[in-house]
Amino acid sequence: MTHRPSRRRSLLVILLSISVVIAIFASLAIGARAIPIPDVIAALTNYDPSNNNHLVVVSQRLPRTLIAILAGVALAVAGTLMQGLTRNPLADPGLLGLNGGASLAVLISIVVLGWSNPHVFVWAAFVGSGLAAVLVYSIAARGGTGANPITLALTGAALTAGLTSISMFILTTDQQALNNFRFWSVGSLTGRGLDTVAAVLPMLLAGLILAIASTSRLNALALGDQLAQGLGYSLTTSRLMIIGATVLLSASATAMAGPIVFLGLVVPHLLRSASHGDYRWLVALAAPAGATLLLVADTVGRVIALPGEVEAGFVAAFIGAPIMMWIIQGKKSVSV
Amino acid sequence: MTSIATLLHAARRRAITVTAFLLAAVIAVALITVMTGKYPLSVPEFFGVIAGQGNALDQYIVFGVRLPRLLLGVLAGASLGLAGALFQSLLLNPLASPDLLGISGGAATAAIIATLILGWAGPLVTLAAFGGAFLIAALIIAASRSGTGSGHRLILTGVGFAFLTSAVIGFIIKRAQINEAQSALFWTIGSVANSSWTSVTLVGVTLIVALPAVIYASRVLPIIQMGPASAVSLGVHDARARRILVVTAVLLASGAVAVVGPISFVALCAPAVARRAIGYGTAALTASACAGALMLTASDLAAQNLFGGAVPTGVITGAIGAPYLLWLLGSSTKGHSL
Repeated sequence: MTHRPSRRRSLLVILLSISVVIAIFASLAIGARAIPIPDVIAALTNYDPSNNNHLVVVSQRLPRTLIAILAGVALAVAGTLMQGLTRNPLADPGLLGLNGGASLAVLISIVVLGWSNPHVFVWAAFVGSGLAAVLVYSIAARGGTGANPITLALTGAALTAGLTSISMFILTTDQQALNNFRFWSVGSLTGRGLDTVAAVLPMLLAGLILAIASTSRLNALALGDQLAQGLGYSLTTSRLMIIGATVLLSASATAMAGPIVFLGLVVPHLLRSASHGDYRWLVALAAPAGATLLLVADTVGRVIALPGEVEAGFVAAFIGAPIMMWIIQGKKSVSV
Repeated sequence: MTSIATLLHAARRRAITVTAFLLAAVIAVALITVMTGKYPLSVPEFFGVIAGQGNALDQYIVFGVRLPRLLLGVLAGASLGLAGALFQSLLLNPLASPDLLGISGGAATAAIIATLILGWAGPLVTLAAFGGAFLIAALIIAASRSGTGSGHRLILTGVGFAFLTSAVIGFIIKRAQINEAQSALFWTIGSVANSSWTSVTLVGVTLIVALPAVIYASRVLPIIQMGPASAVSLGVHDARARRILVVTAVLLASGAVAVVGPISFVALCAPAVARRAIGYGTAALTASACAGALMLTASDLAAQNLFGGAVPTGVITGAIGAPYLLWLLGSSTKGHSL
């Protein structure tokens, strides 16, 4: 009976949820200053501002833990949607030009508008990634066969490269811009307050609801465009829903944590076989897995280079890339 | 039979016309490049300098500055165009390029480590970049060796390495002094500005070494593309031929990116342009090489003359290549056959 796929998948969801809880406590307890678990719990239930341990937990570790959970869930679900939309296991949110657009918008806000405060980069990143996605979709949809997966992928790659060129032009000619930008561009969870989270949360939740609503459409799309139409789904509506959810989710994550590139690619990739190709399950599995990976990456980054810190974006890439290559090695055949 | 012979003849004539046109364009760009700039030379003056006349300054401008930069653009562009054409035909993927496969990332990472951490300079950095590119390529080939040869595993492993190398580069740039960070940025864009006869020699030698394999490729690629079974029945050892061609593409890409850095779009775009001009279904190797050389030299001509010459060549190739590819995708009735 344990071999029934639905039971195995439920078990996996429970395991991943437990791992999120463990990762949350680890993230609250571990750091330059190790704090015992009872103190962590006391800080959450019975906060005492005069206690230094309580202060560290509530004012420093709680915001970044919250950001890690939200950004991890958002990126993993966005990656799942992109891989389903393009029917390409290599797709990640960056493929729609989102990261390229966000980076260029942040740079323009630095150079043209003279901003230097990371808190306002949030909005530049949001607008930039949204515009890039709209541009990619409208260019891809102009081709004779509509916004089919391959045209979308190529258009996204081309736009990303073009936008990156412009960013590079600004970065090589303006040293001050480079100095402000390189700190934003690394994907770090530090220095972002709860006000950022509060500002982004409505959009993130809207994206998540839209994502869950579009899972049945993803299952239909996986059968091919014609079968999906035969099942009564409009291709254009489905694609717009999925892209809308992807933009909301990954722009929220980018706004909170900077461009973290690897998570959206690797998490759905790792869980694909466990979900048996059912996108309802894949989203349910990817959300806790993404949160766990980003929490672990952030926690590990705090302690491996004491007294300094390594940003979560780097740690996620250093953990994720070898895992992905190892999984590719194990597979008999890989379909792209 | 006559109709097939006529068709083949027409296709060959079209390929020759396109290649000749591209070559003529490269020569035109080359002449403009060596004669214009902040120190213009007239046509007779230039050929006089080539013949050994002219003062020391003229000699230095032509032989010390402009010729190496021009030749580097031609050779690196041709190498990138060829490497892209080989990867794309072998892996049957129009996105396959040294960037996607992590080879450019390997060169860039090694070069940045050599300059910023080890404090190396000059030809040593180029050597380190060449080593980095080759190391990543060797790892990808080794990791995908057990595959079916369809190339999926090669692409996925390459993408993994591309992510990994870009993470390492970001990590180093974030922690470097701001001046060093900006010079390291060169290795993430690519430029032919830092040319010397040493770098010209390196790219030239890899191109010459690869040439026999490229000629071999032009003969076996059409057969390999029919699928392994057909290839074997036509007397081509499919797996061995693929290995030779992958190593050739890696060699060409490594030689180019070790010197000029990961110049965007040349390896991706030049073969796409060549295939579109000549006709789909061909590897269009010679035309890809010419298109690559044209793209890089023309972009560098623009880079030298716009914005006071402060812009790296790689910025221009991306700024020209991206709109072109986007237009191609938006206007094509079947964009996926790119």
